[in-house]
Amino acid sequence: MKDHENNDGSLENPGSSRRGFLKQSSALAALAMTPPAALTAVEKGLDEKLATAFEQIPLKVEINGMMQQLKIEPRVTLLDLLREQLNLTGTKKGCDYGQCGACTVHVDGQRVNACLTLAMTTDGCKVTTIEGLAEGGPTGKLHPMQDAFIKHDGFQCGYCTPGQIMSAVACIREGHANSPDEIREYMSGNICRCGAYSNIVDAIVDVKQSGARV
Amino acid sequence: MNQFQYVRVTNPKAAIAAITKDNTTMFLAGGTNLIDLMKRGVTAPEKLVDITRIPLNTIEKTATGLRIGALAKNTAVAEHELVMKNFPLLSMALNAGASPQLRNMATVGGNMMQRTRCSYFYDTAMPCNKREPGTGCGAIGGYNRMHAILGASNKCIAVHPSDMCIALVALDATVNVAGPKGERSIPFGEFHRLPGDTPQKDNTLQPGELIMSVDLPMNGFAGNSHYLKVRDRASYAFALISVGAALKMSGNTIQDVRLAMGGVAHKPWRLTEAEKFLKGKPATEATFKQAAQIAMKSAKGYGENDFKLTMAPNSIVEALKTATKTA
Repeated sequence: MKDHENNDGSLENPGSSRRGFLKQSSALAALAMTPPAALTAVEKGLDEKLATAFEQIPLKVEINGMMQQLKIEPRVTLLDLLREQLNLTGTKKGCDYGQCGACTVHVDGQRVNACLTLAMTTDGCKVTTIEGLAEGGPTGKLHPMQDAFIKHDGFQCGYCTPGQIMSAVACIREGHANSPDEIREYMSGNICRCGAYSNIVDAIVDVKQSGARV
Repeated sequence: MNQFQYVRVTNPKAAIAAITKDNTTMFLAGGTNLIDLMKRGVTAPEKLVDITRIPLNTIEKTATGLRIGALAKNTAVAEHELVMKNFPLLSMALNAGASPQLRNMATVGGNMMQRTRCSYFYDTAMPCNKREPGTGCGAIGGYNRMHAILGASNKCIAVHPSDMCIALVALDATVNVAGPKGERSIPFGEFHRLPGDTPQKDNTLQPGELIMSVDLPMNGFAGNSHYLKVRDRASYAFALISVGAALKMSGNTIQDVRLAMGGVAHKPWRLTEAEKFLKGKPATEATFKQAAQIAMKSAKGYGENDFKLTMAPNSIVEALKTATKTA
């Protein structure tokens, strides 16, 4: 969504939106992480500057082994940050409401839905996306799960695949890949509209049985 | 999503101080429901207080049972050794909810605070007394297949969506909260409320109160517990009906029992009358059927959900059979 665009699609004057936003500024003392620029702005009573400072707040997050120092709006989700600002478009936007799993990434080793994760909440965390799964980065050797998805034809259109693979790797790491039934249950958060499910399960079983380091 | 101010706090005091300044501020924990609601325009807070860095995620033994921090993730609770050993019903209920990804994000406190999944509540073009008091209820006379059969009002027939809460109400949990006026404890059964004339209120939390932890008293139910969830697909769907059953057996006699149902009411629905009836009785299908009838005494369908009037008692019987291993 564009800046200042309302849910009904209408556009709002950025100035008036900022003033509405500034009604909150009396609570500033409670801020645990106040950008220095904002503090200065408060002192000088510069409301517009304050609003600007809050619209872009600093975020430090390690993504695929690279430390990123960013400035973002608080409402930016991890998914939008990856795709729109960092050009990591491997992570897909399916439903955008946590129902399909296409946006699955790992945050500090745990698989999560990037669409329901505010990027700000990952401050100081380590994020791994499909681009960071292969050893040696995107140009390196494929991860065993990526190989297995190719071998078992674990996709048709491929849109859900990055999410499926990130989830599949986590599924094995968590110890929930001990039988096809258990795999199906623990992969239920990843929807595949093409219906490649049986091949996806085969790929996961293969990697699990191979004992490959995931 | 609307613009909002983002504040991160690292202790409960700062969290409570940050939220009492105005009523358009909300706590952000796992965000799996709140961010969803904000994207859809159902909720539009002006400020979010990120509480995820407050150290409230421990699960520890107490003199009387177990204390679970409000920010413990659903996965961490479900897979915790002490929970699996002493409160298997809670593990089962948690694992029946959402997806592995969402359980990795969602917290105990957030799970309790989640809003109904009623489609009229979610659709901002439709009337909903919960979302916008006074506008009416779209579900009464509308598509109400997922809706309540117990404890509903003529203002709202939405159901509480949580699985975890069914286990917690059955297991006599207590909710510990802290707020501007200090700390207090709320019996789990009194945490959520029925819709009545004010369906906009899901629970009895006061403004500015923060859920700190949930206490579970030790019990003798670990050997005979079952969470049955009936839903439209095998996994990752909200309950049409769910039943949490936990019993203490002496041979074939029911010494003590806890029963609760999900997918039927605005709050996790404890079946106290059926429990009273079952105590001291033999574990037979006939007794279970009688208990189920008692539990359904005040049940009422709204058209599309009439099937729940049959599915609910059948589910109670099935859960009891599985829990007592008499299936």
